[in-house]
Amino acid sequence: MLKRIGEKILTGKRLTERDALRLFETDDIFSLGMLASAVAEKKNGKKAYFIRNRHINPTNICVNRCRFCAFSRSRGQDGAFTLTIEEIINKLRPQIHASHPISEVHIVGGLHPDWPFDYYLDMISGIRKQFPKLHIKAFTAVEVDYMSRISGLNLRETLAALKKSGLGSMPGGGAEIFDPAVRNRLCPEKISGRRWLEVTAAAHKAGIRTNATMLYGHIEKYEHRVDHLFRLRKLQDETGGFQAFIPLAYHPKNTRIRGRYTSGIDDLKTIAVSRLFLDNFDHIKAYWIMLGEKISQLALRFGADDIDGTIIEEKITHSAGGLTAEQLTADQLIHMIRKAGRVPVERDSFYRRVRAK
Amino acid sequence: MMKNADLLELGSRADELRKDLHPEGTVTFVVDRNINYTNICINRCRFCAFWREEDAPDAYLLDKGTLFSKIEETIALGGTQILIQGGLHPSLDIAYYVDLLQSIKQRFAINIHGFSPPEICYIADSADLTLRETLTILRGAGLDSVPGGGAEILSDRVREVVSPKKIRSSRWLAVMEQAHRLGMRTTATMMFGGIEEPDDIIEHLASIRDLQDRTGGFTAFIPWSFQPGNTELRKTLNVKSEKFGKGPQSAKLKTVDYPATAVEYLRVLALSRIYLDNIENIQASWVTQGLKLAQVSLRFGANDFGSTMIEENVVASAGCSYRVSKEDIVAAIKSSGFKAAQRDTYYRLLKKF
Repeated sequence: MLKRIGEKILTGKRLTERDALRLFETDDIFSLGMLASAVAEKKNGKKAYFIRNRHINPTNICVNRCRFCAFSRSRGQDGAFTLTIEEIINKLRPQIHASHPISEVHIVGGLHPDWPFDYYLDMISGIRKQFPKLHIKAFTAVEVDYMSRISGLNLRETLAALKKSGLGSMPGGGAEIFDPAVRNRLCPEKISGRRWLEVTAAAHKAGIRTNATMLYGHIEKYEHRVDHLFRLRKLQDETGGFQAFIPLAYHPKNTRIRGRYTSGIDDLKTIAVSRLFLDNFDHIKAYWIMLGEKISQLALRFGADDIDGTIIEEKITHSAGGLTAEQLTADQLIHMIRKAGRVPVERDSFYRRVRAK
Repeated sequence: MMKNADLLELGSRADELRKDLHPEGTVTFVVDRNINYTNICINRCRFCAFWREEDAPDAYLLDKGTLFSKIEETIALGGTQILIQGGLHPSLDIAYYVDLLQSIKQRFAINIHGFSPPEICYIADSADLTLRETLTILRGAGLDSVPGGGAEILSDRVREVVSPKKIRSSRWLAVMEQAHRLGMRTTATMMFGGIEEPDDIIEHLASIRDLQDRTGGFTAFIPWSFQPGNTELRKTLNVKSEKFGKGPQSAKLKTVDYPATAVEYLRVLALSRIYLDNIENIQASWVTQGLKLAQVSLRFGANDFGSTMIEENVVASAGCSYRVSKEDIVAAIKSSGFKAAQRDTYYRLLKKF
């Protein structure tokens, strides 16, 4: 059944949405994995990337109440927290002064009801000032839209101000599933899929590279995944601003939609179909925090070429029943990659090789 | 094949073979409880984090009351089997085991899957009986089937390093052969991801396949991976592996710093399915690999999810504990595209889900 689609792939022809749907529906995970691996190798050779990074969540207080989220809190609620800029810098300092310093900080958080736009700018410029070499990858399209609303600035101005403060790139969160009906059931208060794409397009136009994500395994169907991938591919055709695509496996604990952990087989399929359909994305990331170390490693044989990084502290997935550790050492990441038959490459935020010291 | 075949090609072949053997697409599991009657053990294997000295503050020997209430709970949860295993306790003799088995059988209609070959050898040696005599006595007292634990790697050069006091390969195989000859079914396990080389794994699989050709007594093969947390093997392998042979010692140490990765596990699993053409069932080890990798295992040769593990102590003591319910197991099997069914010790289907 995969023969026709396989031929298209091997001759470099673009897959249709129907092809992608058939790939999701196939039982033949082995052909799927081999095809995706062949494509990944064409793009990145045998390389598999990792990064020394740290996650920071400045707050979990959020005006939205996404039903799949176990991280958000209201102001004053048990477990609600906010970090000062000084606290953020203190969290980063040990990793900057380590023998192998981190090269990137990843910052995402709730939509805080009181923080002014200046707080975000001060956060970025404060980190920048303290650690000039550290790449700051911060704020999803959802947060940037919110900043534009609270500041009264348009998207272009908001992004320009962030960039001027020291923002280096943006992560790809908040995309969830673009389909309006599904999205409305998942996260009614969150910006629409269309708006997410608009903000992201504006970032790309402002010269800010971003990633893209997709939250799957909750209430969506395969066709919604395909629609999501299709919109991303279309935007990438227009802007070329995406670096990596990161499928995110839904975690069911403490959330308001029922459901179960995704199956390992579905995780691998989703990686493979993404690799095959998103022919204009350079990188497919198997985010180990959400897939688990084991499935992430296998994903390197199903089309992924990146397993993210050291992370150090992870709150969002772990609020929803994440089953992994919160951090892995670079040695552990290298070991996983080697044992998958791939060549580990420590990268910076733009997929340039970081020379080992 | 072990060294060179592509992971997905191995998987694809194992998957075909699994389909041929189990065309109905059912994945089975057993509801049972792992009861470890004691953690006192004279063997002190270097890969084990469970054993204690007799006078250690957390050393224990379960009393009968506790044991019976564990069995009652198991039956209440729909369990059909108890897996009784424990350390090699220096003060227990065969009379203890006979009494234990008889007292369980008097009270409960449950399959006793018990005493791995090292325990059976220890009981035999302490009583100065042959393996056949010992197994006959235990069977008469109520032992139904024998678990395949303690096999580790059936290669004596590995055993000398990781479990120097444990029985050698030939004795492990001799216990199984005797059990099979008496009409008892057993399983076979393999613990890899330690210091073994691919040749050792092949030696292990070959020994199992040969014995199975002679007796047909194995119901299933269960490969699982060494869990390095809290074990002496992780700490001292550096020194011990000098005995083991040539090669850079630091590299050998490094391989045991980490548990076998998913790719290594699936390679061994698939190879087991391909090589062990005379063993019907291959178990996925969700306890050591987690549910998600166990699901993937179902496409790399496994057709059984093992036990629901109402209680598990040994792997948990090495810092590895995935806890799941029967419902989680059923859902995990179904979302992998299979039908789920509860089975008994002999792989007869009891209940479809």
